[in-house]
Amino acid sequence: MTPHRSALLHFLLGRLTASAIPYDNPIILWTFVVVATLGAAVLAAITRYRLWGYLWREWFTSIDHKRIGVMYLVLAIVMLLRGFADAIMMRVQQAIAFGANLGYLPPHHYDQIFTAHGSIMIFFVAMPLIVGLMNYVMPMQIGARDVAFPFLNNFSFWMTVAGAVLFMLSLFIGDFARTGWLGYPPISELRQSPGVGVDYYIWGLQIAGVGTLLSGINMVVTILKMRAPGMTLMRMPIFTWTALCSNALIVAAFPILTAALALLAMDRYVGTHFFTSSLGGNVMMYINLIWIWGHPEVYILILPMFGVYSEVVATFSGKRLFGYSSMVYATVAIMILSYLVWLHHFFTMGSGADVNSFFALTTMIISIPTGVKIFNWLFTMYRGRIRYEVPMLWTIGFLFTFTIGGMTGVMLSVAPADFMLHNSLFLVAHFHNVIIGGVVFGAFAAINYWFPKAFGFRLDPFWGKVSFWCWLVGYWVAFTPLYVLGLMGVTRRLSHFTDPRLQIWFEIAAAGSVLIFLGILAFLAQVYVSIRHRDALRDATGDPWDGRTLEWSTSSPPPAYNFAFTPLVHDRDAWTDMKRRGFVRPAGGFKPIHLPNNTSAGVILGALSLGCGFALVWHIGWLAATTFAGIVGVVIANSFDRHRDHHLPAEEVDRVEREYRDRLAARGSAR
Amino acid sequence: MSTAAHDPVHADAPQFYCTEEPHPENGTLLGFWIYLMSDCFIFASLFACYAVLGTRYAAGPSPREVFDLPMLAVNTALLLLSSVTFGFAMLEMAKNRRGPTLAWLAVAGALAAGFVALEIREFAHLIAAGAGPDRSAFLSSFFTLVGTHGLHVTVGIVWLATLMAQIARNGLDETNRRRLNCLSLFWHFLDLIWVGVFSFVYLVGVLR
Amino acid sequence: MRSKFLRNLLAAPLALGLSGCHLVLLHSAGAVAARQSGLMVASVFLMLLIIVPVLVAIAVIAWRYRASANPPDYDPDWEHSSTLELVVWAAPLMIIIALGAMTWIGTHQLDPYRPVDHADYPHSVAPGVKPLRIEVVSLEWKWLFLYPDYHIATVNQVAAPVGVPIQFHLTAATMMDSFFVPAIAGQIYTMPGMQTVLHAVVDRPGSYRGFSANFSGSGFTDMRFRFLGMSAGDFARWVARVKAGGGDLNRTAYLRLAAPSRAEPVHTYATFSPDLYSRILDRCVEPGAMCMSGMIARDAGPARPAGRRP
Repeated sequence: MTPHRSALLHFLLGRLTASAIPYDNPIILWTFVVVATLGAAVLAAITRYRLWGYLWREWFTSIDHKRIGVMYLVLAIVMLLRGFADAIMMRVQQAIAFGANLGYLPPHHYDQIFTAHGSIMIFFVAMPLIVGLMNYVMPMQIGARDVAFPFLNNFSFWMTVAGAVLFMLSLFIGDFARTGWLGYPPISELRQSPGVGVDYYIWGLQIAGVGTLLSGINMVVTILKMRAPGMTLMRMPIFTWTALCSNALIVAAFPILTAALALLAMDRYVGTHFFTSSLGGNVMMYINLIWIWGHPEVYILILPMFGVYSEVVATFSGKRLFGYSSMVYATVAIMILSYLVWLHHFFTMGSGADVNSFFALTTMIISIPTGVKIFNWLFTMYRGRIRYEVPMLWTIGFLFTFTIGGMTGVMLSVAPADFMLHNSLFLVAHFHNVIIGGVVFGAFAAINYWFPKAFGFRLDPFWGKVSFWCWLVGYWVAFTPLYVLGLMGVTRRLSHFTDPRLQIWFEIAAAGSVLIFLGILAFLAQVYVSIRHRDALRDATGDPWDGRTLEWSTSSPPPAYNFAFTPLVHDRDAWTDMKRRGFVRPAGGFKPIHLPNNTSAGVILGALSLGCGFALVWHIGWLAATTFAGIVGVVIANSFDRHRDHHLPAEEVDRVEREYRDRLAARGSAR
Repeated sequence: MSTAAHDPVHADAPQFYCTEEPHPENGTLLGFWIYLMSDCFIFASLFACYAVLGTRYAAGPSPREVFDLPMLAVNTALLLLSSVTFGFAMLEMAKNRRGPTLAWLAVAGALAAGFVALEIREFAHLIAAGAGPDRSAFLSSFFTLVGTHGLHVTVGIVWLATLMAQIARNGLDETNRRRLNCLSLFWHFLDLIWVGVFSFVYLVGVLR
Repeated sequence: MRSKFLRNLLAAPLALGLSGCHLVLLHSAGAVAARQSGLMVASVFLMLLIIVPVLVAIAVIAWRYRASANPPDYDPDWEHSSTLELVVWAAPLMIIIALGAMTWIGTHQLDPYRPVDHADYPHSVAPGVKPLRIEVVSLEWKWLFLYPDYHIATVNQVAAPVGVPIQFHLTAATMMDSFFVPAIAGQIYTMPGMQTVLHAVVDRPGSYRGFSANFSGSGFTDMRFRFLGMSAGDFARWVARVKAGGGDLNRTAYLRLAAPSRAEPVHTYATFSPDLYSRILDRCVEPGAMCMSGMIARDAGPARPAGRRP
């Protein structure tokens, strides 16, 4: 710490000083040691096996929606480990911090952890999960070769990474926000949070938000413009429908988050009075704005997972989806209603009975289309022939868990009951019930379902089942106590307790989180074991589950161009229809295929944005200006580049397709 | 899109793939429209903030004291003229005349630059007079709303300059036409937003 | 009197202890909270009408139609049934109509702004009882209670007589908190520069937990207080004790108190500046600060000439 820094140093480093590195905190120090060791090991391994060139050419600069989708999922799983580390730290603190024992986390550290846990899990786990899945699956489901704007897709991904890296940097340089995951003022204002934490939060989200918004636009246009001939809107697979609704919500909701955070940044950087308590500012403006984004956000997350469950249920029941039109209408109804409920997050603001009643009712109404969906899945299973592969297990687990979560959600929507339950651990249990039971279970169902498509071999079912049971049981052991504690009148975000009667419940919850940890480990083991035994798990057909939609009609992994010829669609379950009516794979007449070139501009722009965000956090003016100018320069220079695509020669397509046909023929199949 | 493979067993089997590559319409314009709609939401949030905070002068200056209507008239005229001249450029583009297109674009850019310059001058005056964005919630929301619009115009000018260079280099080819169409949408969109700002912020403010 | 108070004090936790895990939200000591939790429980039962059959159906169908059982009525193309579609939309709709009606009425009856009186709560409030006013300020990180009727102030402890409607006016100094005594009534936010209102009544004497339910910074965890429900006589004695305890909460003392502190012990003031609460709400306790109401009045005042630069 240098109390009187020279003007030069201040110019060079802004408010960044040596004391920003929290080397005096043993927990962070050890985290740093572990992360640095692991990171160094990974980097060394990449160098050792000479993978840099491969990764750069085939993945980082790839504009192939499939590669980008996989990279999103990898990002999500890495960040899940970080977010979960935060979760288990909280569980341990709350299980031991009773009476004279203050636990091992002082409030200023504990408060960062719950803030980081919430924001990381939503923005850098759940969002990349759904964006990655939609990226991977949706273009193939509609019979397209790629998304509408392939370069933008790569750029969106790297912006998301830049946001995530900025969040991670806050762990080791400076500190993170201590505000709760939505950064409510007044506590996020400069007066109450003068440090860099909130700035990390703001710029991390703004940078990632650019990526999310652009990817939302990209996918809406892809779905509206690039469907294969014959695929009318009412013939789209349900997952594509939910992706459309989810991305429409992204386009309409994320700008509001951008605006809310920008105004908060104005308050912090320029000294405006949007949300301050003085000179006319209004705190509730922020809370309204953030929830006008925030409530649609939860549907942005859950809708694509509803799509996943629909695909999985139909496939593994060996049946058409029951009530397709109902499902579509229900999805659209949820999309629209999700805009009319935001105030239920703060019934306790004192807005009056009429306003509260209105938002209570709109909230309850959402449960109708959601209930319809549950029934439709149920009737899809009815008269089916259900194969209990791992994705189906996750779906059954979801049906049980999510139904209960839906019920507690409706309880919270009863405004007078919410006066009791608001901000309690009951609420915490509820949203974990729907987010773990809905989004996370859905993500695991989807990963198990589409993994063979992406890599050409299945995930090991044994470890998949271990992971499933650990998660399912772990979820209930970890969060049922939180429901009970909520009814005991225990509020959220407390770091210390005085009433010893509560302790046992927190201990049970901590045990549950250990089970969930085992579930995560089992998933990692599943991936590892599957890679080891990939030959035994190999799927030569490209259609390991007897799938129903177009992505199963191509090889696994699919060629860069997805389909040698664009499919022509006649029925909802296009691939089932093709299989039934004797589709024969074309053996000739291939034409050159037009494909976009790889580009490094996305990586460069992401890196520059990261630099710019870091500079803004630490008030390093020159760096912010240079990186910003760099961003503008790269964008302009990139727009002058006119060699953006190439043609894959017909001979190459012919070769790839012949190999696939040979593989199929070896198994006695012509499809 | 013609023949599919024929299989004697399934003589009635329909075609399952297109042997001719279907040409989906280019999605850029639709994508740009959607982007503009999302931008609309940002402006909507800022307008909402102004609606809530626009009367919170915090015992500081009120709209009547800070708004300079004659300058505003000039300002608005510049922006509207810029929109009109951009329209002329688009007409010339339709006739495939590169020179006049570039000339009209230059005029449109210059007018917009004049608009931004006047706005910067207005802001500088206000800040110098102690009516900066940190004076009151009214001024915060005023500066942010008007400034965000101005920032968009600035981005538009940079984009315009880039596009002019590209047209000079590659002519009015398909790519440049598409981009010019997008920029045209952007340009008129900003005009529309300004009409909102003009009526809702300035006129209502002065009348209040 | 005293012994009854003591017995209740002992009996209440015992009753709670016997009832399982001290679910304070289901065992209220105040009529407002009782109705709120009643509504909560009723909504659960209403929903269980549909949730239980669904859960059972999931289990039955998942088991009955497993592939290994080779279900005889397997039909890969069965995808539509108008009757079933009608049922799946109508059944949740019915439940929601019932629940919605309940919620609409409940939300209006239990609106925190609605006064608690004999007409609404005949078993808790006697006719014609004058409500007790309490002004609440959430500070970093403690609770300040002002009794304008008695001119006393307390920190982290608030008392009220049983059966008397309480009218809380609430605001915050700097942070946003949520005032919550689970046993008495649902919570409501406290926000700087803004005022909320909460009405409640305590039915049984006892000492109840109160706290902030909205995260407000590093001292938030210790931002607790006790709510003491007392008989009228005990309450009068409590007020007298506070009066006798001395201490004056003038503006200077308030500013000292408002400085951030954690786990503040209970203390009391025999008097306070009469305009203290309104000044806190107006954000002008500090000497020289301009009151918000003054600003608003000025802002709304006669228009000043146009075109003049400040």
